[in-house]
Amino acid sequence: MLEASANSGASPQTGIHQLIAADGTSVADGELDPFVADVDDAQLVRLYSDMVAIRRIDVEATALQRQGQLALWPPMLGQEASQVGSLRALGGDDFIFPTYRENGVAYLRGADLAGIMSTWRGSANTGWDPYKFNMATPQIIIGSQTLHATGYAMGLVLDGKETLSIAYLGDGATSQGDVHESMVFAASFQAPVIFFCQNNHWAISEPVGLQAHVPIAGRAPGYGIPSLRVDGNDVLAVLAATRWAAARARSGGGPSFIEAVTYRMGAHTTADDPTRYRGVTELEEWGAKDPIARVKALLQGRGKLDDDAEAAVARRADAVAAELREGTINLPDPAPLSVFDNVYTTEHAILDRQRDHYERYLAGFAPTDGTTLEGSRS
Amino acid sequence: MSRLTLTQAINAGLRKAMEDDPKVVLMGEDIGTLGGVFRVTDGLMKDFGSHRVIDTPLAESAIIGTAVGLAYRGFRPVCEIQFDGFIYPGFDQIVSQVAKLHMRTHGQVRMPLTIRVPFGGGIGSPEHHSESPEAYFVHTSGLRVISASNPQDAYTLLRQAIACDDPVMFFEPKRRYHAKGEVDLDADLTRAPAMGASRVVHAGTDVTLVTYGPLVATALDAAKAAADDGISLEVVDLRSLSPLDYGPIEESVRRTGRVVITHEASETLGLGAEVAAGITERCFNYLEAAPVRVTGFDIPYPPSKLEKHHLPDLDRMLDGVDRALGRPNSLSGLEG
Repeated sequence: MLEASANSGASPQTGIHQLIAADGTSVADGELDPFVADVDDAQLVRLYSDMVAIRRIDVEATALQRQGQLALWPPMLGQEASQVGSLRALGGDDFIFPTYRENGVAYLRGADLAGIMSTWRGSANTGWDPYKFNMATPQIIIGSQTLHATGYAMGLVLDGKETLSIAYLGDGATSQGDVHESMVFAASFQAPVIFFCQNNHWAISEPVGLQAHVPIAGRAPGYGIPSLRVDGNDVLAVLAATRWAAARARSGGGPSFIEAVTYRMGAHTTADDPTRYRGVTELEEWGAKDPIARVKALLQGRGKLDDDAEAAVARRADAVAAELREGTINLPDPAPLSVFDNVYTTEHAILDRQRDHYERYLAGFAPTDGTTLEGSRS
Repeated sequence: MSRLTLTQAINAGLRKAMEDDPKVVLMGEDIGTLGGVFRVTDGLMKDFGSHRVIDTPLAESAIIGTAVGLAYRGFRPVCEIQFDGFIYPGFDQIVSQVAKLHMRTHGQVRMPLTIRVPFGGGIGSPEHHSESPEAYFVHTSGLRVISASNPQDAYTLLRQAIACDDPVMFFEPKRRYHAKGEVDLDADLTRAPAMGASRVVHAGTDVTLVTYGPLVATALDAAKAAADDGISLEVVDLRSLSPLDYGPIEESVRRTGRVVITHEASETLGLGAEVAAGITERCFNYLEAAPVRVTGFDIPYPPSKLEKHHLPDLDRMLDGVDRALGRPNSLSGLEG
């Protein structure tokens, strides 16, 4: 009988590189330690602060969605270490190809918070200039961006550059043909690309075991791509693994694959109801592996997170929340005729005619509130 | 008769088809335990088992491609593509394999797939969740293409689609998923209107308004509004986009002499272009005015804050009606 079996072999909680255990104790790892030997307590506090800040983005955005200020929000709760650790391993010239869930990465990269939210409010398809932040727009088509990252990296080789690209993807994406093809191309052309896979255990309602019968990191060597499987809730392990992959890319070593084993503590998006498909036991189990709590415990154990430091972290998170809320609520609605903008780089007879006709049509309704119809016609 | 939402009617149609034929299997992302992101398949995995309601890995090409293999083996796969904008990874399998295998094998292999696609906008979604890709499939010979506009049609057309030995693209107007209507769950399929038949859903005398899927409800509202203005609209629901059934449209246009075609999809090479050409060929001597198209613009689907400007609404339809009637309209004074 044909039964799709959700195989638990996809995500055994063994064979995972770790530097900070869930209880906040340090763990030695011969492979990863050299890549974070320079990370002192002050840097660890900054990573902690980053995680607290992006968790606050998540809380605030979820609230704004409930209040009708956002159309939708994809929570990143529980995945803060994966987003912070990977981003902080990159240089400013390295180019990022994110999914729709990497909103913490976008903030840390410098994108304007209201801009990030404009996509989730429905005001714009993208909230930042990809070339300003060396970060592509959030990808919604599952896995598509892995090809883009690979092609960008091929371009870096052609241009003789020593930077790299990184594709963020999820466990579900690894089932897509595009991801397979991107890994083939990356290996064939020894492209300096990092495949950063956050295995958060769920693709909407489908458990990772439906996508893979062995740990996802185990696939990459079959393409000739070295891989690491790390605790995705351990910011230091993620930082180290991404630095390992980045060092390989910069030294002509080609592509690398990282499986960051984490957990989507929230819903797929605010439109999803996870109580229909997963139990509380799993949530409790992963709640006990919280990425932020363990760094806090580690720092406190060392006496490196006093009240002043905690207050500074909280002030930053408060400021982020205030900026996000204020900016989002005040985002202007796009002008009606901007629907015609940027479809082409230059004039297009048919579309220009449609625009003119629609402008005439709207004029018949004579707006009385002083709003403008104008898009930014080129 | 039962009063059902569109989703409940489709659910009932799937259930009936699975009861009637053990070779019917459902495939898709999140259709099992979750019951689909729109709950269309709610409860079916529990009742029919995970061997017939198959939660697949995330790969649309594989959903369609493995359905081809299952069809080779004698199954009748019903594939759900989660959102319209997610269909393109499966496009190659649909166009190069599903549509062509019957002809390629001299009729020896049949591809009785049904590919269900929630389509269209108006629900405030992010990019790739509001598209109207039906014309790509109408343009692909070898596929039949259906779009239901109400619960009764959805129930009947879906059963007909699954029973059909040709591959059928089944477009579901997702913004009407919660609309309710009376459904005769025990209706005899052989006595139902043919799957390929279009239908007059509102009788009128002045202008023929042709549409399908999500805009049928809007067109009916437009007919009511026009009546207040003394204009009588006849509304035709195409139901089948391939093949097109010109019978009721022709009959209508010969009486009205004026036709407006409206859909959410872009104008260029959309269904409106095809219907306008077909009607002009068939009814040229009866036309009092050029056929009018009221459609989405030739743009990628806009951010949701702008979708109301892209989607034809009641006012834009009535503006098109005015054009067909030669009354003052937004294009008065222009040639086209």
